[in-house]
Amino acid sequence: MMGQAPQPPVVALKGVRKGYPLRGGGQRLALADVTFDVARGEFACVVGPSGAGKTTLLRCLAGLAMPTSGTVEFEGTPLRQVPAGVGVVFQDYGRSLFPWLTVRGNVDLALKARGVARDSRPARIAEVLASVGLADAGRSYPWQLSGGMQQRVAIARALACRPDLLLMDEPFASVDAQTRFGLEDLILRVREEFGVTVVFVTHDIDEAVYLADRVIVLSASPGVVSEVIDIALPRPRDQVATKRDETFAAYREHLLGLVMTR
Amino acid sequence: MRGEADAEPGAGRARAGTAPASTAPASTVRAASRVAGRAATRAWLFAALIGAWWAWSAGSTSVYFPPLAKIVRTLWAQWAVGPARAQLGSSLEHLVLGYAIAGLAGIGIGALLWSLRYLREATSPYLYFLYVLPAPVLVPAVITVFGIGAAMKVVIIAFAAVWPTLLNTLDGMRGVDAVKLDTARALGMSGARRTLAVVLPAAAPQVVAGLRNSLQVSIILMVVSEWVASTGGIGYYIVTAQESFDYLGMWSGILMLAIVGGAANLLFVLAENRLLYWHYGARAVEGRA
Repeated sequence: MMGQAPQPPVVALKGVRKGYPLRGGGQRLALADVTFDVARGEFACVVGPSGAGKTTLLRCLAGLAMPTSGTVEFEGTPLRQVPAGVGVVFQDYGRSLFPWLTVRGNVDLALKARGVARDSRPARIAEVLASVGLADAGRSYPWQLSGGMQQRVAIARALACRPDLLLMDEPFASVDAQTRFGLEDLILRVREEFGVTVVFVTHDIDEAVYLADRVIVLSASPGVVSEVIDIALPRPRDQVATKRDETFAAYREHLLGLVMTR
Repeated sequence: MRGEADAEPGAGRARAGTAPASTAPASTVRAASRVAGRAATRAWLFAALIGAWWAWSAGSTSVYFPPLAKIVRTLWAQWAVGPARAQLGSSLEHLVLGYAIAGLAGIGIGALLWSLRYLREATSPYLYFLYVLPAPVLVPAVITVFGIGAAMKVVIIAFAAVWPTLLNTLDGMRGVDAVKLDTARALGMSGARRTLAVVLPAAAPQVVAGLRNSLQVSIILMVVSEWVASTGGIGYYIVTAQESFDYLGMWSGILMLAIVGGAANLLFVLAENRLLYWHYGARAVEGRA
């Protein structure tokens, strides 16, 4: 996919700067100057120390926040709102899923909001729930499911409209380690299946190296891109084999050094 | 009334942990016996108090405190099969109409104020002023404008009962989690859809709390409006009976009012448990975690 003739990037950030006004005047700068592209089909992970503006960056990428200066382009057009081709998965599934709707209802609302016709919605719901392994959970309420299952509902909901770009904000930070490994493999599989470009924000270096084609390292606050590292690990990746690889360890060590010292 | 109302949502909570799917006969029997058991734990005090009243008043010769048996007979003769049925009907009509207007207007205006920040900030001091103003003092003014007919009673009930729902709706909507709002935007929802499909349901527990409060205010104002100037209704019946030394009639009216209040609350709680099933269920899960 990436080796084909040059295609325009799915997202392009140029000199993105984002500040929040402070109470006594002035502003707190979350992002100082961030520039990078994400190519079609790529899996990009953004890592950085806490307070590096990772969540702010993702909000700007999604069109949920406007940069103070600089531009964010999605498929060649500047962002003003969340475009139809973008799906977002937030960290806290307990807060982002709608507890008054069943699992089906949550996915259905996403389709309705994007104007998908009524008669084609049930098949779309079944398809997307099956691809995250929740074919039988449609009639349950989110709060009746485990944390890992709830985050899979959120992933299904984000994928329901077949986005070109999936944005994920520390999506696996609030589940236990074993569940996290399962979800990591699930997202790699689903990304193949849907052919979606992924930007994945995380503070977990191992997770970033394991998932990514490319890791974008943000410096401590206010964020700038301090380094971009191509991850040349073979795919498909495997929780045991890939993480035993010496190259994995080398990436890990290098990234830890970057994130810890700044 | 109050105790009953508070206990019901708790019952919903206890039920919520189990998935709603199981319908096997054995579990139905178990569920039924659980319901019966719960009813018994709640009803014993009520039964005991009624029993005590019945026994204590049985031999009473006082005209002021007639035996409960006699009151119940009067209740039946007057309110179930007798002439007071029309009074009951007119009271209920005003109550239902006034409460419905208060509820709908409260949610509607609350949602509108939530979405129009400038209007909200300009109006909020007045809202709280009207909220704390004891509604019965407005009765004379409303009578002046609307006369003493049915419209006056509906207006008084609606005016007094709108505030708890309105303010709770506004508060509830303001308190909606920012992540839910971001999610709604990320799903590409329009402003109107966000309000109706996300903000309002998310605020529903608080809106319902407001509606419950409004119901109580409605019942109070139903009676007050009938006391002050009226030719019908339960309140009118009670006052007239008392003034004409018909103490049996007065007691039967008071009992009737208690029944109306109790029934209204029961209906409310049943509707609440259905509407907020998800809320109590999610809270029960949180409690366990």
